Amino acid sequence: MQIFFQQVINGLSLGSIYALLALGYTMVYGIIKLINFAHGDIYMLGAFWGYYVINSWHFNFIEALLSAMVVGAVSGVVIEYFAYRPLRHSPRITALITAIGVSFLLENGMSYLFSSNTRSFPQIIQQHNYNIGGVLISNIQILILVTACVLMVLLQLIIKKTKMGKAMRAVSVDSDAAELVGINTNVTISFTFALGSSLAGAAGVLIGLYYNSIDPLMGMTPGIKAFVAAVLGGIGSVPGASVGGFLIGILETLFQSIGLSAYKDAVVYGVLIIILLILPAGLFGKNKKEKV
Amino acid sequence: MLKVSDLVVNYGVINAVKKVNFEINQGEIVTLIGANGAGKTTILKSISGLLKAKSGQIEYEGKSINRQKAPKIVAAGISQVPEGRHIFPGLSVKENLQMGAFLVKDSSKIRQGFQEVYDRFPVLKERENQDAATLSGGEQQMLAMGRALMARPKLILLDEPSMGLAPIFINEIFDIIKEINSNGTTVLLIEQNAKKALSIADRGYVVASGEIKMTGTGGELLQNEDVQKAYLGG
Repeated sequence: MQIFFQQVINGLSLGSIYALLALGYTMVYGIIKLINFAHGDIYMLGAFWGYYVINSWHFNFIEALLSAMVVGAVSGVVIEYFAYRPLRHSPRITALITAIGVSFLLENGMSYLFSSNTRSFPQIIQQHNYNIGGVLISNIQILILVTACVLMVLLQLIIKKTKMGKAMRAVSVDSDAAELVGINTNVTISFTFALGSSLAGAAGVLIGLYYNSIDPLMGMTPGIKAFVAAVLGGIGSVPGASVGGFLIGILETLFQSIGLSAYKDAVVYGVLIIILLILPAGLFGKNKKEKV
Repeated sequence: MLKVSDLVVNYGVINAVKKVNFEINQGEIVTLIGANGAGKTTILKSISGLLKAKSGQIEYEGKSINRQKAPKIVAAGISQVPEGRHIFPGLSVKENLQMGAFLVKDSSKIRQGFQEVYDRFPVLKERENQDAATLSGGEQQMLAMGRALMARPKLILLDEPSMGLAPIFINEIFDIIKEINSNGTTVLLIEQNAKKALSIADRGYVVASGEIKMTGTGGELLQNEDVQKAYLGG
């Protein structure tokens, strides 16, 4: 039982990271029906930014986190503006392939500019472990979980309560009707990219603290896992992405702990296949019924 | 108020609207009637900025609005209620109306807008917090009209407001259109229900295969034999 709870704790920390990433996938998909394959690389940029500002400008955790969110948001908006906006009215496959291209550009561009070496992320927060009934939990794990939860609550408030959040939802369900009430869809789409990418930037700093190592290709696997989490939760659904992220994180650590380390990714995708067979729209996805 | 001259619009490769001319004066109800596919919706969409005209002029209050995007046109005072309602599912009735007032900055004007819309459509007030997708067809039509009115338009474009509605709602919708008009909003109405449309309209235009075939006052067109044969079932 102790081992189980230990793995749940570890899974929740890893799951927070996946959840933050999955939110970006799901929001962007919700509004322009694009799987933004470059999303994992924004997380990598966030991690590198954190690495740089902590080492060179001696930023503390909060400063590094917030500035990485800004960097993430700006990169997301720039990528959307130059790579996806010109393809707004092209077939979806064109935009999808472009997204893969942007991802390669960021990964290889960063390797070229800063070398592909793995770097150790500066540990600005001294790790302490607390023993709660035999379950070890570190202050960094708590920090990751709390930060992720705060960001998710903020995101939910923005989407539900603010005018821009409502506009995002309006554009994602009916962009022509949104234009007809005066909503500028381009601005709204940029805003969505900014929000989603800022979460990816934050996740990059958090993973740096947690795993202590970063490299230009670090976004690939978590990017795909977070995408799986978004699909699992029901792509386009914001609560679904959070739940999916936590679920994937916990599953992964649980299977790792029972000695299936080599198969942990296979298990994650296996679970995805099973859930999609039973619930094709994912856990929280809506089966679209259109009223005419 | 609105003057459309030599308007040509292509819909993909189809030449949907061919040199159309018509105008709307302030305070009028003008209707475009015609069969399915005659080009009525295309004309409306090019006024509201969803489609770009290939050539021709659309002048509103003396200024060309051809090249303007939809949000700019809403800001200028033209709101469209699209065919098939197109309310925002997943947003509550209240949020749908708030989105209607997206460009209204003055919060007292927004409050006034809510007041007026709720007075006119009390059922929307009752269902304020309900997901708009759960409304009936007639209620969704009212919400779509309420949403357009929240922008406080000077000219409202209505695309098939009675489509798919129960007869009891159809009469109500036409009464509401008259009311909206008598409160000072100019109306451009597109309808397949030509009889109803002509009976409340000051003037009408008959559209067929992308061209205006005939024009006259609502009464004249109602009496016209060709119009009766083609559009009024007898």
